[in-house]
This record gives sequence, structure tokens and C-alpha cells, in this order.
Amino acid sequence: MSSDYLQTVDWSRAQFAMTAVYHWLFVPLTLGLSVLIAIMETRYVRTGDAFWRRTTRFWMRLFGINFAIGIATGIILEFEFGTNWSNYSHFVGDIFGAPLAIEGIMAFFMESTFIAVMFFGWDRVSKRFHLAATWLTALGANLSAVWILVANSWMQYPVGCTFDLATVRNEMSSFREVACSPVAVNKIFHTVSSSFTLAALFVVGVSAWYLLRRREQRMARQSIALASLFGAVCALLTAVTGHRSGAIIARVQPMKLAAMEGLYRGGEGLPLTVVGLLRPAGGEENGDPFLFRIGVPRLLSFMSFNDPNAYVPGIDELIEGDSVRGMLPVAEKIARGRRVIDSLARYREALRTGDEAAKAGIEALFDPATAEGREFLREYYAYFGYGYLESPRDVVPDVPLLFYSFRVMVGAGMLFLLLLAVVWLCNRCGRLAGQRWLLRTAVWVVPLAWIASQAGWAVAEVGRQPWVVQDLMPVTVAASKIPSSSVSVTFFLFLALFTVLLAAEIGIMLRQISIGPEPEN
Amino acid sequence: MISLLRKTIRFYVDGFRAMTLGRTLWMIILLKLFVLFGVLRLFFLPDPLAGRSPAQRAESVRENLLPEP
Repeated sequence: MSSDYLQTVDWSRAQFAMTAVYHWLFVPLTLGLSVLIAIMETRYVRTGDAFWRRTTRFWMRLFGINFAIGIATGIILEFEFGTNWSNYSHFVGDIFGAPLAIEGIMAFFMESTFIAVMFFGWDRVSKRFHLAATWLTALGANLSAVWILVANSWMQYPVGCTFDLATVRNEMSSFREVACSPVAVNKIFHTVSSSFTLAALFVVGVSAWYLLRRREQRMARQSIALASLFGAVCALLTAVTGHRSGAIIARVQPMKLAAMEGLYRGGEGLPLTVVGLLRPAGGEENGDPFLFRIGVPRLLSFMSFNDPNAYVPGIDELIEGDSVRGMLPVAEKIARGRRVIDSLARYREALRTGDEAAKAGIEALFDPATAEGREFLREYYAYFGYGYLESPRDVVPDVPLLFYSFRVMVGAGMLFLLLLAVVWLCNRCGRLAGQRWLLRTAVWVVPLAWIASQAGWAVAEVGRQPWVVQDLMPVTVAASKIPSSSVSVTFFLFLALFTVLLAAEIGIMLRQISIGPEPEN
Repeated sequence: MISLLRKTIRFYVDGFRAMTLGRTLWMIILLKLFVLFGVLRLFFLPDPLAGRSPAQRAESVRENLLPEP
């Protein structure tokens, strides 16, 4: 591979990561706040109390700011698929395209239609119709997220597809397998519940700021009562689905789990590291990879296989393989991947020379309708991406980044659960206004909610490396063959655009919070 | 039907007229869409496989995925 192509890969990765990070600043607040607003408006419709109308309208205004500034930021990601990742986009075919298309249609028709009624419809349509529009906006936003998460899950766990040799594409063979894979279902619940928690922390934080300023006392207390309970339940659900994520990753992406734990040597009944500091050299010297660590005995084994004594493979075993446990060495996977590449090369040659017999022979290898084809697809094509790796150690993702991101995510998640529960309890007992340290903590925790959310995505995406599609395509062959300079220019253009948008979001949001809700009649 | 259409248009016209903060937000949205579609998409983000037939796309990706013969 040319050095400019490798630079294109690096710039494309940096650009995608930067765009996704910025995009995800807006999305989780939209997902969660839309639901909280819908609950508030439901209270208004059920009680007829004008207080809830005013409260709903205030939070709806903040939702509108976030929605308006965040809208279409995800489109850049789709542009990047076409421009920077054309090999990947073609290779994944309609498997990735179909969920994205459904997302686009749902986002456009549901959110765009009902959000207009939500903002323009006060006093113009009936209360119940307006409430229905608010709920449908929330539903539309969350359904949009569901389809994006389905597409992302397929990259982590490519199922429900067959490879078409002639078109060089993976074709969807089972929509149900793609949309309902365990990775997809769990990821949807985990991501959505964590986004709801983030929105709850935002509402609690802003309300705490009003209480500290002794402003809008009733609105702040009632908003906290609702959001803290909602957030605590969602944080608990996030923890439960997080545990389930660990169990799924242990089966479908064991290297990601080992890297998250800094686990170079596996074993039975392993502890989960709660806090630790990795040695700069890692565990590649066969020594202890930690300068220090505090762990909970047997928790990693339990988290992975619901058995405190279960065996969890480490990075070294996953590379070297273990015939007793049915783990292939990576070197063997590389050899099998290279055989698939060789078959593709022979197919190309057969197409060029018009050798029909050779062409038919290779097509039979990739035909899932025959026993020979099924065996080749299972035993060889399943390791296609390995054929592009130069060394078995290329399968190891960035261990320190994963290790620390995972701990930031989980640690912050536990803090959120505790904080929301304590805030809810103090508010219920009528003692919250006096606990100024707790209110200050609630305000300062708001940015941490975004940091934890981003850390979660770092675990998911960095942990998938070196793959763009797990086991089938490494990032090094997924990028387009375009000059690296063009990608570096757009990197800085996007950086400037997103930074301006973020500054606008924060500026307008803070100003509106400072203004507060509209005056009472 | 025409009455419903008129009501719907009226609904949006009145809604846009009554906006305060919304005007600023719409300005941001329109500016952003112009930058995205009118500048970035047009000049900086071409699709390298655009305009090719499915067979040509397949051939191009096959070439990219395989080592030189």
C-alpha cells in the first residue's frame, strides 16, 4: 500500500471520529429531552394545570435549540461514507444502506412533520392532538436512532448476509437477523437508556442552577422530581444493559473485552479491574501490564459468562489460539483470509480471460446453496479481513484508550445513578434546596454526562479496531483511493463548522436558561 | 380538501410569523444546509464511484481490494 493511501486512511479515520463525536453531542439530548417533554405535557393534559404547560414550553425551547443546531450534522457522516469510505460503502451494500434509508424516512416524516405541530400548534390544535404530536416527535427521534444503531451493530457482528462474488457486495439474506441480532437489540437499549440518563442529568443540572439562584423554585423542584426519578431508572437500565453488553462482547468480540480489561493473559475466575494504571509498555513483555490495580474478585468471569469461575481469554491466547478451547490462532486466520483474497484474484483473472470453467469453480466456492460453498464461507470467508493483516498482533486495538474509556464510562454511570437517586430522595423529603453542595454537584456533573457518553462510543468503536466490519474488512482497505490532502482539507473545514455550531448551541442555550421560562400570564 | 390545505398553509405561515428565537434558529439551519449541500457536498465531497454502472463499481472495488496482478 502506498504511503499516501495509508495517510488517506488515517485522515479519514480522524475525520469520521471527529464528525461522529460532534454529532453525538446533540443526539443524546434530543433523544432523552423529547421524552421528558412528552411526559411533562402529558401531566399538563391530564391535570389542566397551566404550570405544566409553562414548564413544558420552557424545556421545549431548549429542546428546539439543540434540535435545530444538531439537525443534519449526521448527514456529513453519510457524505463521508461515499467520499472517504467508498470501498466499505460498496462492500456492505444494502445491509448498511437499508437501515440508513429507513432512518432517513422516519426522521424526515415523523420528526419533521410532528415537530412543526409541537412548536406551532399551541392554541391552534386541540390539547390531545398537540400531545400526540409531542409523543410522535419523541418516538420518531428514538426510532431514527434505532436504525442507526442497527447499522452500527452489524459492523460489530455481521450476520444475516451472504457475499456476492460478482458484485463484491454483502447482500442481506435475513432482515430479522440484522435488525434483531443480540448485539443490535442490546445496543439499542443501552444507548437509548444512557441518552435518557444524559437528558435527565441536563434537566436536573439546569433546575439545580435555578434553585441555587433561588429562581423558578416550583418549576425547578417539579422538573427535578420528574427527571431524577426518570434518570435513576434509566441509569439502572443502562447498568443492566451494560452488563449484558459485556456478556455479548465476550462471545462475539473477545479481543475487545480483553483490551478493555488490559488482560494479556487469560484464566479462570478472573477479577474485574475497578481502578488501575497501565504500564506504558503494556503486557507485551509478558510481565504484569499494571503499575497498580484494584479489582473485584471473579467479577470479570461473572460479567462475561454469568459464572464466577468461567475462563476468559486474554490478548495473548486470542492471538496464539487454543485448540482445546476451539480458538484458532490469528496466524491461521490470516492464512485463511489470504486464501479468500487469492480466490478473488483468480476470479478477476477468469473474468479477464473469459475462462468460464475457472469462473464457475470459484463461484461454487462462494455459493451458500451448496455444501462446499457453505463450508468455504464458514471456514474461510468468515476470516476474509484477516488476509489483509501483516502480523497477528495487528488484531489488538488501542489497549490504554479502551481501558481508560471503559472506566470513565462505568465510573461516571455509577456516579449518575447515585446522584440521581440522592437528588430524588432529598427532593422528595423537601430538603434539596438546603443541600447546596448537592445542587452544585448536579450542575457540574452535566458535562460529565457527555464525556461518559462519548467514552462509551470510544469503547464500542475503538474496541472494534482494526476492523471496519468485524473480521471481514479492516479499515486499511475500506477507504477510498483519493488524495490524503483532500481529506485533510475537509477535516479542518468540518472542524471549523462544528466548532461554530457547538459555540452557537452553548451560547444560545445558556442565554435561554438565563432568561428562564416565559412569564406567568 | 382545499380548505384543509389552506388551513395547513395558514398554520405554517402563522407559526413562522410568530417565531422569536425560532428566527435565529432557522437562520442557523439554513446557513448550515447551504454550507453542507451548496459548498461541502458540491466542491469537497465527491463520490468516487458516482456515475459508474453497478458492474463498473464492482470492478473498481475488486481492483481496490486485491493486490496488483
